[in-house]
Amino acid sequence: MSEREVNMRVWRGDANGGNFEKYSLASQEGEVVLDVIHRIQATQAPDLACRWNCKAGKCGSCSAEINGKPSLMCMTRMDELPEGDVVVAPMKTFPILRDLVTDVSFNYEVAKRVPAFQPPPPPEDGYRMQQVDIQRGQEFRKCIECFLCQDVCHVIRDHEENKPAYAGPRFFIRYAELEMHPLDTNDRREFVRQKAGLGMCNITKCCTEVCPEHIKITDNAIIPLKERVVDAAYDPIAWLGRKVRQKRKLTPEEAVGTVSHDVATDPDS
Amino acid sequence: MPEYESHEYDVIIIGAGGAGLRAAIEAHGKGLRTALVCKSLLGKAHTVMAEGGAAAALGNVWPEDNWKVHFRDTMRGGKTVNNWRMAQLHAQEAPDRIYELEAWGALFDRTADGRILQRDFGGHRYARLAHVGDRTGLELIRTLQQRAVSLGIDVFMECKILKLLKDSDGQVSAAVGYWRPTGEFIVFTAKAFVLATGSIGRSWKYTSNSWESTGDGHAMALWAGADLIDMEFVQFHPTGMVWPLSVRGLLVTEGVRGDGGVLRNSDGKRFMFDYIPEMFAAETADSEAEGDRWYEDHTNNRRPPELLPRDEVARSINSEVKAGRGSPHGGVFLDIASRRSPEYIRRRLPSMYHQFMELAGVDITTEPMEVGPTCHYVMGGIRVDAESAATTAPGLFAAGEVAAGLHGANRLGGNSLSDLLVFGRRAGLGASEYAEGRTGTPSVDNSEVDSVIEGALAPLGRDGGESPYDLQNDLQETMQSLVGIIRTESELTAADEALGELDERAANLSVSGATPYNPGWNLATDLPSMLAVSRLVTGGAIQRKESRGGHTRDDFPGPDPEMGKVNFVQRYLDTGGIEIEPTTRPEMPEELAELLKEGN
Repeated sequence: MSEREVNMRVWRGDANGGNFEKYSLASQEGEVVLDVIHRIQATQAPDLACRWNCKAGKCGSCSAEINGKPSLMCMTRMDELPEGDVVVAPMKTFPILRDLVTDVSFNYEVAKRVPAFQPPPPPEDGYRMQQVDIQRGQEFRKCIECFLCQDVCHVIRDHEENKPAYAGPRFFIRYAELEMHPLDTNDRREFVRQKAGLGMCNITKCCTEVCPEHIKITDNAIIPLKERVVDAAYDPIAWLGRKVRQKRKLTPEEAVGTVSHDVATDPDS
Repeated sequence: MPEYESHEYDVIIIGAGGAGLRAAIEAHGKGLRTALVCKSLLGKAHTVMAEGGAAAALGNVWPEDNWKVHFRDTMRGGKTVNNWRMAQLHAQEAPDRIYELEAWGALFDRTADGRILQRDFGGHRYARLAHVGDRTGLELIRTLQQRAVSLGIDVFMECKILKLLKDSDGQVSAAVGYWRPTGEFIVFTAKAFVLATGSIGRSWKYTSNSWESTGDGHAMALWAGADLIDMEFVQFHPTGMVWPLSVRGLLVTEGVRGDGGVLRNSDGKRFMFDYIPEMFAAETADSEAEGDRWYEDHTNNRRPPELLPRDEVARSINSEVKAGRGSPHGGVFLDIASRRSPEYIRRRLPSMYHQFMELAGVDITTEPMEVGPTCHYVMGGIRVDAESAATTAPGLFAAGEVAAGLHGANRLGGNSLSDLLVFGRRAGLGASEYAEGRTGTPSVDNSEVDSVIEGALAPLGRDGGESPYDLQNDLQETMQSLVGIIRTESELTAADEALGELDERAANLSVSGATPYNPGWNLATDLPSMLAVSRLVTGGAIQRKESRGGHTRDDFPGPDPEMGKVNFVQRYLDTGGIEIEPTTRPEMPEELAELLKEGN
């Protein structure tokens, strides 16, 4: 164990405001930022709020802004940060609950609006899909829902007013995944264009840069999705093709209808 | 009196990992008003950490595989103290549950002919685990989560349940808890409750479990009068990270060994060949050459000993380290770098590659990993009916890790994810049927609610008491050092005494701050469960005077056939103590017993 000290400046406060508080403690070999936060809780500030679960970069709970960069606290090693104070702040795009914990319910609301996956009935000997055809979808399904891409996306980071009409990078990869899923029959392209605000994204790639799963959000999901949506909206031949195809994809209204059909079986609704 | 909000449902499911989500989907599908209540955000439960895969005899890679072989493997892995009916249902129904996930959007890795690919794992005769690289749990939870969301099931996130309450007929009727973000209290009344709260690992110092695994469901069932069983059987996964210290205990998937990785000691020797137990000798390779050939040809070769069940491998690692042949940081070496190409390793084990690269600075495609046992899973838990997942407390059901029976004394890797699906669904059905048959409106005694809330708030109003973090630390030290992988009478008795002292200290906790998102207070409310399950594990471990599966006694090193006939049941007495008694299992039908005979 080294005798070196680490100096942390951690944002403390709630919806009414707050400030950075300084904590100094002895450094320990191989620690990540989350370890230091836990040691601060155990020894200096028992009520310091942060989210975490797996501590292995697999659950996406401990998202924060470390020295200004949206990162997972559990995957940021202290010895890889520059000398000097380490500044830990909550994600800026979401409302503060307390200290490092933000209200990320925006993301869960957007998730509810995704028209459901809809496969054809399985053939007798089960679905067949080739590995090569699902590879891209699997890349998007690596998403751990840390919401760092949502946090860094300036469409909503700097413009609260865009939130109601914008799904954000996390959900663009979800739409891209469904769009590329070999079994899905639900056509969400008009929905994505009109209701998810895909056009507002101007592909600055900030989301790709912060993704802890190294998903190529912009290149592999958003750009292809934009191309497909544009094709769907403005290509008359593709439009005609869809109209005459026997197993046609659903229109956005029908796609939404699919969801409400499912919900309609819920006695709550 | 403190205020609280109230909600009324048909079925309340506590816990939103794989089992809870699957139960909710089923109950909702039966037309019942269903809600999920979970301690973290939706999709963050410990299921997300499962890596290797879900075991199901699909027969896609080895057509010879079928439910009977899966049943046999599960029972042998569990040292035959399993609930055989659960093991049978599990093996029979797992394939349907996997295909169902596919119909809900899951993208499993594929075989060359486009079917679900299956991988080798310890204790499974055939490659049986449906998987997605080494992030199968994420795929499973996300698929179920997206399904549940599309169905419109109500979810109460970051909501901790403290206690279950019964009505005057003794039926479980209410659950009292609080919202973590606001600290405000909440009461659910329902006709049936399902516990799907997962594990207990946080009572140990080195564990693969997240902060949530505090045994809440085990403790709440105990307090509600339900039977618990097999609590002495705790699985120490053989391969946890050992360095850096901050990640000690973090899981390293068994898939590393399934995909060709081997264990070596400080002399570079594959020591597992020295630890092949008699029970598995007939099906385990006795030379490195045979073990290596097995990966390509299962029919004419026997499996390498690195793929023995987890209890065997964990004990062997422990022995090597004790004998002074460990790695620099007190583990052994797990080597896949010298055996597989970097491309293969990165493709098959992407998240292990990143985990070691980013947290330990180790490139697993060129260097061995250092690994050692970590507290991973509890085979014991709430005693349930195999068909309906009903506990012995009326109105209360349980599924997943919190329930017991399927895995016996030791769980095979891959059987947990399939367990969640098979028995999550059965718990959802069982709870639905119970709710439909229940007459009257579930009632709750307000004074009982008040007393739960007052108990939870007590540490906030107390000055000069103990820090919950200190108490947690001492509990973890106690369980790690006295009720770990190798146990002995004197240490277990010492643990029991220490737990008594910790209980007393727990009555005198002080917490600063207020209730909204206060981790110190949250921990104070988790500690009663952590202490209760620690008591149950220690109590069971004292009674079982033999070594079997996830319970190894230094003073009783071998299995005892008489002990093998019983399971230890524990239940809460009204006087406050815990009663523990052996119970014999119903006899296995001849056709199942036949499957366990040598040669099968």
